[in-house]
Amino acid sequence: MSKKILVVGEIRDGEFRNVSFEAIAAAKQMSNGGEIVGALLGESVSDNATEMIYFGADRVVTVESDKLKHYTPEGYSQALHAIVEQENPDGILIGHTSIGRDLSPKIASRLKSGLVSDVVSLEVAEDEVIFTRPIYSGKAFEKVVVNEGVTFATLRPNNIPALDKDDSRSGTVDSLDVEIKDLQTIIKEVVKNTASGVDLSEASVIVAGGRGMKGEENFKILDELAEVLGGAVGASRGACDAEYCDYALQIGQTGKVVTPDLYIAVGLSGAIQHVAGMSNSKVIVAINKDPEAEIFQIADYGIVGDLFDILPKLTEEFKKVLV
Amino acid sequence: MNIYVIMKRTFDTEEKIQIENGEIVEDGAEFIINPYDEYAIEEAIQLRDAHGGEVTLVTVGDEEAEKQIRTGLAMGADKAVLIEDEDVENGDPYSIQAMLSAYFKDQEVDIILGGNIAVDGGSGQVGPRLAEQLGFNHVTSVVNIEIEDGKAKIERDVEGDQEHIEVALPVLVTAQQGLNEPRYPSLPGIMKAKKKPLDTLDLDDLDLEEEDVEGKTKTIERYLPPEKAAGKILEGEVDEQVTELISLLKNEAKVI
Repeated sequence: MSKKILVVGEIRDGEFRNVSFEAIAAAKQMSNGGEIVGALLGESVSDNATEMIYFGADRVVTVESDKLKHYTPEGYSQALHAIVEQENPDGILIGHTSIGRDLSPKIASRLKSGLVSDVVSLEVAEDEVIFTRPIYSGKAFEKVVVNEGVTFATLRPNNIPALDKDDSRSGTVDSLDVEIKDLQTIIKEVVKNTASGVDLSEASVIVAGGRGMKGEENFKILDELAEVLGGAVGASRGACDAEYCDYALQIGQTGKVVTPDLYIAVGLSGAIQHVAGMSNSKVIVAINKDPEAEIFQIADYGIVGDLFDILPKLTEEFKKVLV
Repeated sequence: MNIYVIMKRTFDTEEKIQIENGEIVEDGAEFIINPYDEYAIEEAIQLRDAHGGEVTLVTVGDEEAEKQIRTGLAMGADKAVLIEDEDVENGDPYSIQAMLSAYFKDQEVDIILGGNIAVDGGSGQVGPRLAEQLGFNHVTSVVNIEIEDGKAKIERDVEGDQEHIEVALPVLVTAQQGLNEPRYPSLPGIMKAKKKPLDTLDLDDLDLEEEDVEGKTKTIERYLPPEKAAGKILEGEVDEQVTELISLLKNEAKVI
């Protein structure tokens, strides 16, 4: 039976997050030839909407309001709920991003529906969608089905490939009028901290430092390498506890769980709680002066040596190769 | 202020996970208060010390959770409620929310604090789900809270950026790392905790039937990821190692 799937798109700093397109690809799997409807919320988003069609959506419904300039659970849930009521979809997909994580349980609660969070893959068996998601931060996995209500899930970025962009595709973009009322949550200010602008959860390359970095000032060596590779900088709990960097960079069972294509672990031992957050990276490189460090047990490539010698040279060589 | 903390007993983050017959093996494992919930408890105690009132811990679980509840009480919380979940089939975040909603609808609440996620299930659903049922606003992933004139001034972590938010009470917030430094229970704290009130409630006490709390999702399989084999250690001088690494990443792994 074909299904109608609603995919909630997300635009950050004027650009779609790639996970929105990945969600369209996942929706295609779920729909069994049914319709994929994009949903897009914000102050002014109609101009971007056709991008969702190029990546596989059949049509898009937008809700625009100056009250949706910043994300608030109240504002966005009113807008999305209106779209859900109009479309009555069989399934809803949204990226497992800051917004997706915050908004999806509120909507699921209102719909009295199940919700599968942080999905890394899915398969369709007869009329059932089976979602795979990590538990214990990736130390184990579980397969989950929704047994009542709308099939609702959030997708972890960087796990399900997006479809190729096809700008010959066309479809309608309809705006839905929703009066957003009674916002009691006021966003006073947004302070940008991410220098490189590459978000850890979506980065295809991560350079992460541990206690071996020896100090806050040395994190700039990691920044330089990450910049050359177009990646993001992360850290172990040890480095965060030692105040070498902000907790926002922490990767591990407490902290962020990441699955980049390339993970370069620098001066970190590979404690189990860190490994839980990064062991599902596609390729892992470890640089550590201790040949016994646990991190070498899971690394694809390892260099035993002084990171302060190796990293600057690595950065220089990458510069030459990647130009 | 009426301050509540929703907390969960979880596996210690240092534990390896084993699976037998599709279930996580709990025998012999160390259990802790979910680390994110510890931040919530610490913040609740600080809010009470600044504004007065009482901190109540609320957890859903079995009698084993008493140990973690007593730890929270030893940190400084005033009382606790344990909602027993032994009659819950296929429990999922919906089930937890249903039990918590039934409990909270009869309480006077100014603020509910919880962890951003639990380090076991990791879905982060229960907080926002509960807030929706109670008609409260929610703010997830908070790194700073100040209460003033019936409002909460909150800083929240948004993938590295910080949002400064003002929201009216009552509110439900979930704690992110960096919110505070949770205290260790003191010896007098541990002694006092033994006498602090702990109420145990079951579904009957909450006027809930088994079907009211049945999960909306079902786990059909649990498995461990394939173990990763140790890779290649690159030999030679630094220059050679660096050149070889880049060549391998480019030609063998094809990630650059």
